[in-house]
Parts: sequence; structure tokens; C-alpha cells
Amino acid sequence: MDIFLQQIVNGLTLGCVYAVVALGYTMVYGIIQLINFAHGEVVMIGAMTAYSVIVALTGAQVPLPPVAIVLVGALVAMPVCMGVGYALERTAYRPLRGAPRLAPLITAIGLSIILQHLAMIVWTRNPLSYPQIIRQVPIHLTGNPDGATITNVQIAIIVASVMMMGALLALVYRTKLGIAMRAVAQNPSIAGLMGIDINRVIALTFVIGAALGAVAGVMVGSYYGIAHYQMGALLGLKAFSAAVLGGIGNLAGAMLGGLLLGVIEALGAGYVGELTNLCRLSGWFDALAQRCASDPNVTLFGSNYQDVFAFIVLILVLVFRPSGLLGERVADRA
Amino acid sequence: MAEAPPLLALEGLKVSYGGIQAVKGIDLVVGRGELVCLIGANGAGKSTTLKGVTGLQPVSGGTVRYDGEDVTGRPAFELVRRGLAMVPEGRGVFGALSIEENLAMGAYIRSDKAGIREDVERAFALFPRLKERRRQTAGTLSGGEQQMLAMARALMSRPRLLLLDEPSMGLAPLMVQKVFETVIAVSREGVTILLIEQNAKLALEVSHRGYVMESGTITLAGEAKALLHDPKIRAAYLGVGA
Repeated sequence: MDIFLQQIVNGLTLGCVYAVVALGYTMVYGIIQLINFAHGEVVMIGAMTAYSVIVALTGAQVPLPPVAIVLVGALVAMPVCMGVGYALERTAYRPLRGAPRLAPLITAIGLSIILQHLAMIVWTRNPLSYPQIIRQVPIHLTGNPDGATITNVQIAIIVASVMMMGALLALVYRTKLGIAMRAVAQNPSIAGLMGIDINRVIALTFVIGAALGAVAGVMVGSYYGIAHYQMGALLGLKAFSAAVLGGIGNLAGAMLGGLLLGVIEALGAGYVGELTNLCRLSGWFDALAQRCASDPNVTLFGSNYQDVFAFIVLILVLVFRPSGLLGERVADRA
Repeated sequence: MAEAPPLLALEGLKVSYGGIQAVKGIDLVVGRGELVCLIGANGAGKSTTLKGVTGLQPVSGGTVRYDGEDVTGRPAFELVRRGLAMVPEGRGVFGALSIEENLAMGAYIRSDKAGIREDVERAFALFPRLKERRRQTAGTLSGGEQQMLAMARALMSRPRLLLLDEPSMGLAPLMVQKVFETVIAVSREGVTILLIEQNAKLALEVSHRGYVMESGTITLAGEAKALLHDPKIRAAYLGVGA
């Protein structure tokens, strides 16, 4: 039971990060039907930028509490990522707005590779160890001293993510800019007839998604304690899977998909070893029984297969429910 | 002081649509405060003319002047910010947005909150059906109600020039009447209107002047009353034997 609870906590933490990143994919898709595969790299640049700031500040022994230093890192990473997001839209995607959909998709993949290599030049090809300046303090969730815990960092990630998601929903559903974003998503030419500068709204969508991505990058770096110029690729692909799971183009879907994916992945990692333990079959195979006598944990797959679950989910969704869990109901479109 | 230029003037406007020149160099003028209609059969190029004016379709020749200034090929949002509003063909309401949100988008260029609220109330007074359903998505409205919403939304920007593209299309007779009553009321308030219509009789009855379009060119123009009694028009568009 403790493993289950622990994996739920880990899964929700990870899921929050996926959800925040997935929002960046889904917002852009919702407004211009583009899958911005370079979004994972924006997250990576957020993590890297914050890394540099944190290292510089701690190196200079700036008298700030650790939490403030990480916060400063995030506050620097955000405008940097917003600038990258804007630049991507302005220089690469906007000129291709009327082009066949394959063109911007390939461009996105190309941009993702370019950004990775630029990051490699700036931050080297080595994994960077994120300064663990915030001491992780576990808090016990049950009476069992060896049982499930949640750390202060996990709580911070969950709280920050929920706050950002709430702020985004308020922006999209309560402000004039948000209504304009939804109007452009529905029908750009009619939106233009309302006096909406469509290009500006689309650029802002990229910028907002990038700002969320920057914070997600800082959270991932602080959580795993490591950053690498290729970290955005897998993270981005998983967040994209989360967006598809929830129904791409749908904000609530991205949040739900992110959380679900995080939990599925954590539970998968927690139980895959136990479920594929071959020693369960030792009654049937003598050879196996001999091996299991010395080592009762002969497993087919270990928790290093955790990355597989996101993509199993992606495939299942694409086969059985391509519109995703909360996918757009076609009737809503006038 | 020189006389103020007409609010809208098309000079030799050419617009292509799907590789075909649908508008073959037309001249059309809408003076301040006028209600002018552009009538013609389906496919004559009426809607394409409007698309050329608002930059939704690239202009291949000629000039669009708004308030004396050459605005040819400018994006729609710039024209809207100068006082132009359009009710597009097929109404074009945002189906997934609520009625209130649609109206808010109509007032996108404005920032006077009190004035906007006032205009929303005015729109609701004009179209009570919209008030009842203010929080519903526009996609749930009937065709006639969507047309009302599209008109109300266009008026939210307090336009000087209103372009109406086939506002009666696909509507029940009672709704058509309501739409035209609204057009007359808006015109009386001093808004300049260019009305595109297939229903030539109704359009000419409410307009000051009219233009007749046939396969991309203007074939007749004049006072609406005179056109209404022109035997050629009567035969071709009003279903009256010559």
C-alpha cells in the first residue's frame, strides 16, 4: 500500500510538470493547428537558463535564501523562453502559416534540433548537476516511518503548477485577450473582422506557453537535480502525449492528460518489476525454479522501462479514442 | 474647405477568387450616411467585392478608398479600427463562444467599459432573444438568432461604415423582416451602410441608391426607387414579367 501511495505522490508531481508543458502544446495547437515540437526545447532552455543563474548566484554567495535564488532563476528563465517562443513564431512559423501542414511540422522538428545544438554549445554536452540548494525534506504521509512521503519540493511543484494552471484558465476564460484567443482559434478571418490583430494574438499564445514551459523546466531541473541539452526531447514528447491523451487543443484536457500520464508512469515504474517477475512461473519451469532459489527477483522489465508507458498510452489513445478524453465535440463548432 | 470624400469608394476594383477574376474592375461609391445596396444573382461577385474591401481576398487591381485614404489590401483589423464593421456571409458568429463573449469581441477595439455595457444592453433591448441566452454558446442559436447576434456584434464597435453580406440568406420571412427593420433603424442613426443582397426587391425598397452586378461588372446604378421601377431589373431580379 505504501508503494502505491508513494507512486501516486511521485506521479502527481511529475504529472503537474507534464500538464504545464502540455498546455504549451495544446494552446498552440488550438489556435493554429500546429504541433510545436520545439516546445520541449523551450522547456530545456528554461531549465538551463535557471541553472546558470542559480550557479552564478550561489557562486557569488549572494545572501539570498535558497528558495529566492531558485525563484530568481525562474524569473530570468521566463523572459528568455518567452523571447525564444516569440522568435520561433515570428521567424519560422508565421511565414509558413498558409503552407501545407507538413511544412511547419518539419520546421518544428528542425527547430527542435537547432535549439538542442545551440544549447549544447552554450551549456556543453555534459549533464549538468543542478545545485540542490533547496534541501529536500520528506514529510511522512502515514504513521509508518519507512512509508510514503512527500517532500517540500514536491509540494512546491504541485502548488506552483496548480497556481499557473488556474491563472491560465482565468486568462483564457475571463479576460478579453483570452476570448480573443478563442475567437482566433475558431475563425481567424472573422476574428480579424472584430479588429483583432491575429498575428499578435498568435504570438502571445506562443509567448504564454513558453513562459509556462520555462517554469516547468526549472521544476524538472530542481526535482531531478540534473539538466542536459537533450532533456527537452523526451519530456516534450511525453507532454505532447499527455496533450493528445486529454484531447489536443483542449486546456482542461492537457491538465487531465498530464496528471494521468504522470500517475500512469509512476505506477507503471513502481509495479512493472513485480508484475513481470518470472519467479511466479517457477512451478512450471525447473530451470527457473533453480535460478529463483538463489535470486527471487528475476524480472523481465524493471523501472527503467518507465518511459515506455507514456507511449503505450499515446498509442492506445490514438487507436481507441483519437480525439482524446476531453477532445473537442464537433457540434460546438459553428 | 473641400468637400469631404465619400466614406467608401471602389475605383476599378478587381478581385480574383479561386483563379477566376470574379470582380472585373468595378466603381462604387458610398457617401456618408447613405444606405447603398449591391444586388445581383448568386455568383455575380458581390461577396467577393466585399472580401476584397476587407482584405480577406487579395485585390488584383484597382483601389479601395476609405474616408479618402487608399486602404487597398490592408488587413481587416486595421479597417475595423478606423470604423468599418462587417457582418460576413453566413453570419460568422463564434459558435463556441457565448453570446456575451461574441458581443465582447464586437467591442474588441473599444476600452470604454461603461459605454460597452450600455451598448450590450441596447443590443439586448433590440434583440431580447439574445438577452435570454446571453451565457449560452452562439452555436446553439437558430440561424435567425445568429444573424441577430452577428448584426448586434458588428454594431458593438460603433462603426461608421457597416458592410452587410447577404443578411437575409436562409432566414424565415419573419426573420428577414426583422433584419431589414434593423438595417433601416441603424441607417437612421447615421451609420453608413453597404448592403449586399440577393433579395433585390427588399434591398432596393430600403436603400437610397443601388448597384446591380452581373458576372463581375456593374451593369446598372442609380436611385433605388428608379431601379425598383426599371423594367430590366423588374424582369431579371424582381420576378415581374417585362
